[in-house]
Amino acid sequence: MRQGEISLVGVLALFSIYLMWKSAELPIGYIPGQGPGGGFWPFWLSLGMLLSCVRIAWNWSRGKSPASASDQPLMDAFGWRTVMLVGGGVVGFVALVPIVSMYGAVCLFMLYYLRFLGRHSWPLTLGLALMLPFALFFFFEGAMQISMPQGLPFTQPFFDLMYDIIY
Amino acid sequence: MEVFSFLADGIFLALQPVNLALILIGVTVGLFIGAMPGLGSVNGVAILLPITFLVPPASAIIFLAAIYYGAMYGGAISSVTLGIPGASTAVATTFDGRPLALQGRASLALVTAALASFVGGTVATVFFTLFAPLLASVALNFGPPEIFALMLLAFATFVGLGGDDIPKTIFSICFGLVLATVGFDTISGAPRLVLFDIQGFIRGIGFIVLAIGVYGIGEMLWTIEQTRGEITTTNPKMTAKGLASDAKEAVQRGWKGTWIGSILGFFVGVLPAAGATPGSLMSYGVAKIISKTPHEYGNGSPDGVAAPEAANNSASTGAMLPMLTLGIPGSPTTAILLGGMVIWGLTPGPRLFLDESEFVWGLIGSFYVSNVAAVLINLAFIPLFVWMLRMPFTILAPLIFVLSIIGGFAASRSMHDLWMIVIFGLGAFFLRKFDYPLAPAVLAIVLGPIAEPTLRQSLLLSSGDPSIFFIRPIAGPITVIAIILILLPALKLLRRNGRVS
Repeated sequence: MRQGEISLVGVLALFSIYLMWKSAELPIGYIPGQGPGGGFWPFWLSLGMLLSCVRIAWNWSRGKSPASASDQPLMDAFGWRTVMLVGGGVVGFVALVPIVSMYGAVCLFMLYYLRFLGRHSWPLTLGLALMLPFALFFFFEGAMQISMPQGLPFTQPFFDLMYDIIY
Repeated sequence: MEVFSFLADGIFLALQPVNLALILIGVTVGLFIGAMPGLGSVNGVAILLPITFLVPPASAIIFLAAIYYGAMYGGAISSVTLGIPGASTAVATTFDGRPLALQGRASLALVTAALASFVGGTVATVFFTLFAPLLASVALNFGPPEIFALMLLAFATFVGLGGDDIPKTIFSICFGLVLATVGFDTISGAPRLVLFDIQGFIRGIGFIVLAIGVYGIGEMLWTIEQTRGEITTTNPKMTAKGLASDAKEAVQRGWKGTWIGSILGFFVGVLPAAGATPGSLMSYGVAKIISKTPHEYGNGSPDGVAAPEAANNSASTGAMLPMLTLGIPGSPTTAILLGGMVIWGLTPGPRLFLDESEFVWGLIGSFYVSNVAAVLINLAFIPLFVWMLRMPFTILAPLIFVLSIIGGFAASRSMHDLWMIVIFGLGAFFLRKFDYPLAPAVLAIVLGPIAEPTLRQSLLLSSGDPSIFFIRPIAGPITVIAIILILLPALKLLRRNGRVS
């Protein structure tokens, strides 16, 4: 935890410097007749972020925060595995959206989570994984008239059929 | 007395069968739209606006106002049951609503939210009835320096929300404010902070992207990792007796927050450009500051649910005031309502109360009726919302992830934003591991777009002299109070450190 905290502060400090540099692409001072420049607000706030990082690092060096006083690892093997499986599942879900459409990705994600992470029975898994996308389709496309990504062309027959139902 | 006669006529108009039916449908539709992460009153009102051309203008605005009310009640539902604030107005409700749900007291949280919303809405409607023209003229005196001072006060109230680690809280606030500046400089129109030159950032980073990332993905990952896969879901049982007992407890433990939220929310809501979100955040902060048990806030305090919920309903009614009396919308939803009124042939402004008194008093009457309808419909649906929490966590968790992703897309219609939700979610998980408070960042991204232009306009007015925030009669006291509130936690910490050493 101790090493993790200072590493994170380092990353955040670098990000703050990047934001300061990026903000300075627009004027950061007062322009007579025009008021503060476009970079004024983000630049000084990024400086605030950087100064906060310096203070957090100072507290770390004195062992003031719980993480800086802890010799425990950030996560054990079980924690890493859980985060990789669940977080990886969410990343996979979003990656699948432009390929199999939003509703296809919902179906596959539910299948993955319920069956492989939740260890639920196949009837429950299939029931939820198939019913949820339909319910979401009728809510978003039918009631709210919000179109979701339709994926690659091979999903089109499904959407043609569904649009015939709602229109 | 004339006011009461007009009001009686207005309530009578709202109780006509067609209008009453529209109120019931509007409140129910609004409740469910508001409960869906990513969708809020603005979606409901915008989508159903064309339907209103089928009915007379008075019925149309009553219908839209009922949706607006329903959605304000509904915002608390996703905050409590899913832990995701579906709208910016319900961010503060998550702080105590979610801990209550995790303790098996979801019904208490939802009942508190419903009752507080009812009181907030009713108090605001009474203020609206009695003081509409007077308050509208006071609100006109709020220029950029006053609005910025108010934003400073809102930030000051949530410096105390981040816990004891002040540098991490300040980092979080600054981070949220910087994220709000990504996209375009609203004054010069120049692209600004297009990070790593990725074109998706030109559209900016919306509040909902950060909120869903932090609460929908990050918080869920944290919960799953902390409980090591052995999540004990709460098993709340809903009976009529249980509901009555929760209502009694909500009144006993949430009355203080309800009154703070009702009054503060209304006055913040009346101000053009402020609206329900700053109102709910400030009410939460003030309720915590003056509470005798501030340590309970964030751990499941009914007052912590009541204050923002009363405030967001109260402010929603308040936001109608500048719209009707001055033609200035106080929120995106009231902007759509204003558009509707113009299409129906009505001209919002000081003469509306004289020229279209039947319309105006019908609307005010519908506020009272909608409020009663909303609290009854909300209470009737609470067992359904609580039932959701009885699902095994391995079913609830993927549902929350799916609603987060699909709701995030519905709000922004951009794949770039979906990836940002995932990145913020993973980032939030690691920041949470190191005790960075993330609520201030979410609140800052909401208030940033109001704070920056008002600061810059104020400095332009004063030729760069910051004393403008201290010398104006309204801005001065607000700024001084905000500075005291900002310095208070630091002074307390210094005193405590001194005592320890």
